Amino acid sequence: MSLAEVAETPAAAGGTPGPPRTPGPLWTLGLLRNELSTTLRRWRTVALLGVLAAVPVLVGIAIKIETSDGSSAGGGGEGPAFIAQITNNGLFLVFTALAATLPFFLPMAVGVVAGDAIAGEAGAGTLRYLLVAPAGRTRLLITKYATTMAFCLIATLVVAISALVVGALLFPLGELTTISGTRIGFGEGLARALLIALIVAVSLIGVAALGLFVSTLTNSGIAAMATTVGLLITVQILDQIPQLHALQPYLFPHYWLSFADLMRDPVYWDDLIRNLQVQGLYAAVFGTAAWARFTTKDITA
Amino acid sequence: MAEPSTAGAADSADSADVGDSADVGDTAIVTRALTKRYRGGQLAVDGLDLAVPAGSVFGFLGPNGSGKTTTIRMLMGLIEPTSGRARVLGRPMPRAARSVLPHVGALIEGPALYGFLSGRDNLLRYDAADPAADPRTRRARVTAALDRVGLTAAAGKKAKAYSLGMKQRLGLAAALLQPRRLLVLDEPTNGLDPQGMREIRALIRELASDGTTVFLSSHLLDEIEQVCTHAAVMARGRLITQGPVAGLSAGVRGRLIVTTPDPGDAARTLKELGANDVVTAEDRVSAEPPDRDLAEVNAALVTAGVRVRGFGIERASLEDAFVALTGEGFDVAG
Repeated sequence: MSLAEVAETPAAAGGTPGPPRTPGPLWTLGLLRNELSTTLRRWRTVALLGVLAAVPVLVGIAIKIETSDGSSAGGGGEGPAFIAQITNNGLFLVFTALAATLPFFLPMAVGVVAGDAIAGEAGAGTLRYLLVAPAGRTRLLITKYATTMAFCLIATLVVAISALVVGALLFPLGELTTISGTRIGFGEGLARALLIALIVAVSLIGVAALGLFVSTLTNSGIAAMATTVGLLITVQILDQIPQLHALQPYLFPHYWLSFADLMRDPVYWDDLIRNLQVQGLYAAVFGTAAWARFTTKDITA
Repeated sequence: MAEPSTAGAADSADSADVGDSADVGDTAIVTRALTKRYRGGQLAVDGLDLAVPAGSVFGFLGPNGSGKTTTIRMLMGLIEPTSGRARVLGRPMPRAARSVLPHVGALIEGPALYGFLSGRDNLLRYDAADPAADPRTRRARVTAALDRVGLTAAAGKKAKAYSLGMKQRLGLAAALLQPRRLLVLDEPTNGLDPQGMREIRALIRELASDGTTVFLSSHLLDEIEQVCTHAAVMARGRLITQGPVAGLSAGVRGRLIVTTPDPGDAARTLKELGANDVVTAEDRVSAEPPDRDLAEVNAALVTAGVRVRGFGIERASLEDAFVALTGEGFDVAG
């Protein structure tokens, strides 16, 4: 660093140098806040959340109609977990709704938001303006990933809260029986429901990382969304093929339904922890891949 | 707020390791042998040595596909050069992007907006992406930028309802959210009506008179001629020439124009006098002026019985200079 270079910098543009421009420590949060509100104001996001909110309503009404003549719901053990207990306790609608949406609706919504994150901005051309602002590639990617994870949580809570409201309106509430047969109070049941919603949201981290990586590969938001949802369906099918059982513990949806173990007494943690490990692995691998790709990519759109 | 000294140290470190600072003292943009070869093997920019003087309004000309946009993208850190170097505001790009780009306003290949957001919310978003932008003054700066491009009345409308000209204005407003030292404007008057074009040109002159360097790419040669102090011409990825606009067109000789009711006789006489490239169009004959006193040429025409209505040299336009330099029409890519 020489004095000449220090002196030359302000003169370089021939104008007076502006005030010292140093990034405030909170500017990343400002961008994150803007990103979140921008994502939630997209018509597509609102529509996805609307569909998710409608699922518990449909399940609740269907069960109410089916059991109005006194017969039991689920018709002999078929259907999503906990469905037979809903008529006794509306809180079970939360568990049923999450079990019904986790295999497809929730990850599809996350895949759409994650796939659109970078590719959608590239396709609209807004990515180049964010980068010359300059948002910084790493910071923008982190902001996008954080927003996608926030969407995982929001989407899960939309399902859970909608189910809780519908369950409370259509069915009685009160003490509930765990899978293990013990009885717990309504307060503790509600706490477990919240914990399950959190676990479900965390279960979506893997598919979010995968979607974000796909999103860095293309300049078409639609292509990235379709690829992510396609991968989701493919992996779900692979997870059902018995011959592939050696591979299945490494597939991101394999331990998804382990959240039901939170309804055991005592809680059975093994599969829950394996689920978290798999999600962490996917986040690390595809997060790194997305970063490697996005920070070296030529932005031509 | 972080201390200014930290940023200063980082900036000098950036400029120290590229060296040869002698040639960057008063230039806003310098490139050295800047080259970009795309993955298909296509050479988009080939050994570009560009020097944009600080404080100039610099016109960047070239047919479509000549490498202008690739060059601008490399200067803005969006594309990594295959080889060569670029310095913007005295610092290397793309490495110093974080310290350089807050001083640069850019309009690259037309505006890009979030259609579902209002014009104002679009600007708020772009401003939120700028680490150097003060969130406390954000709303005021957005309002000022909207006012500057004449969009105040439409600020609350969704951007998808904007006309092309309004989108272009909003893109310009995004470039003007902060006081800038350099503005990179790619076809800024595209899609504007004549009144809008005049307003934008006036805005560019106003910004330039405040000391902002303006790097303006355009396919409208008369626009460059009206607004720019300097210009560079690119063709097929190579720099053909650069320098002050007056110098570029001065290098090309003007044409002799004779207006006469006897164009056939006039053309024949001019050829006899040694004029080349004689073109006749109705009552107007034009030619490269022969190497002799033009008074003699006029006398010779009259002696030959040509009735002369008008006689004179038409100054070479930048378009003539461009055609002379590239040897091709303006719209054709090589």
